Amino acid sequence: MGAAVKYIEHLLVPVVVLIGVMLWSALVRWQEYPAFILPGPELVWAKLVAVLRDGSLARHTAVTLSEVGLGLVLGLGTALTAGYFLGKNRLAERLLAPYIVASQSVPIVAVAPLLVIWFGSGLISKVLVCALITFFPTLVSTMVGIRSVDADLRDLMRSLRAGRWQMFRLLELPSALPIIFGGLKLSVILAVVGAVVGEFVGADVGLGFLINLARGVLDTPLMFVAVLSLIVIAQALYLTVAIAEHVCLRWQR
Amino acid sequence: MNGPDAARPLLAVARVSKAFVEGPRPIRALHDVSFQVADGEFVCLLGPSGSGKSTLLRIAGGLIAPDQGTVIFDGRPLTEPQPDIGFVFQSTNLMPWRTVLQNVLLPLEIQRGALDDAHTQRALELLRVVGLEGFERAYPKHLSGGMAQRVVLARTLIQQPKLLLMDEPFGALDALTRERMNLELLRVHSMQAATVLMVTHSITEAVFLADRVIILSERPGRIVAETAIDLARPREIGMTAGARYGELAMEVRRYVGNAVAQAGA
Repeated sequence: MGAAVKYIEHLLVPVVVLIGVMLWSALVRWQEYPAFILPGPELVWAKLVAVLRDGSLARHTAVTLSEVGLGLVLGLGTALTAGYFLGKNRLAERLLAPYIVASQSVPIVAVAPLLVIWFGSGLISKVLVCALITFFPTLVSTMVGIRSVDADLRDLMRSLRAGRWQMFRLLELPSALPIIFGGLKLSVILAVVGAVVGEFVGADVGLGFLINLARGVLDTPLMFVAVLSLIVIAQALYLTVAIAEHVCLRWQR
Repeated sequence: MNGPDAARPLLAVARVSKAFVEGPRPIRALHDVSFQVADGEFVCLLGPSGSGKSTLLRIAGGLIAPDQGTVIFDGRPLTEPQPDIGFVFQSTNLMPWRTVLQNVLLPLEIQRGALDDAHTQRALELLRVVGLEGFERAYPKHLSGGMAQRVVLARTLIQQPKLLLMDEPFGALDALTRERMNLELLRVHSMQAATVLMVTHSITEAVFLADRVIILSERPGRIVAETAIDLARPREIGMTAGARYGELAMEVRRYVGNAVAQAGA
């Protein structure tokens, strides 16, 4: 019974996507929109095939992907480490909280131009925008996760004379993991936003740049192709985290 | 194997006092508490809530340091938790991400670093002892409260502790399960020749289980009385209907009543 429901659920996803595309197509035909306002799915498909053929989509996607990838490594690496120590040390958290909150309350579109001025319009500024935007959700979830460790289990580990590393590996990390995964899911999606914001401010390559370029020449189908590519990247990242969560948290089911 | 061996106590708590700083004034939890537990003995600490019994147990196990006084365990001053001392707390503190078997193996994993087949065999044997054969691959969320507490017991026993410290171990279980677990505990106590110091607020439970019941007053906890329980072992549920059991329970109840009355005066 449960397995059958699950099977139908999986089958439903493409069906829902297909219905969306059909509605989109119907709307364009019914209202007879010109292509620069709302292109139909056929036009977008044709454009996709064209940019795939000439290799330009691959080039832009590769750049955005590397920005996202490096940004995630930097942002998540810092967030996990800082989150662990801030989670263990309330004083440090109180002292650093103003900076952490400030880094998040300033809109990323306001920070991005500064980063481009300081680090140039190349890869580094985009990686930093990505890292900055992915930092906060993972930091907070790591902090909360580390604090959620059961006091009785801590007593138990102490009575067994667990060392610092054993305490981390056997107790703190597994306790915090379910909460950390929540933050990671948010972070990986924000990473894509970060890369695009960085490219909007100043770049000559990347999917964000491609959107800007297409907008300039009213090539709306190309904008659609770029946006859809971003969606695919975000979906893939989210799915990766979700699968990792599924594997790591087998015990929750 | 039965009967206290007074020559050299396994655990000696001497003149222990403890206060906690919480809010404006320190709360005195324990005042000048001294007692001993002999090797192989089963001792219950009985007292109203707020008598500092749990604090006393944690001090006896080296989890918290007393403000004054000393704890001697196995001939040496106790300053930190010992692998020789096993704890069973009221809350079933199993790791939800570990299977039953992995939970039982945890103490060995921490102390030995690596596990081998012999360790696993011992864990499986202990699971058989506590009646959980066949559940070794289950996760804690699929266990009932009584089953989970049996896993805790097996995990504690795998360290082969000289001293078992229990803080209302079956307090969260329903009355029937609790009675069964108490019998189980007595069986383990006699089989493993373990020494047990158990905190409880149930008079009937204390009298049924213990060789000796130590009664604490309300806060700050002091020892107000001690009753030796001279019921024969092995103990059986039928004994709770006997005259001697009734007398002992009455005696303990009177002490507990005095303890509460004194604190109120």
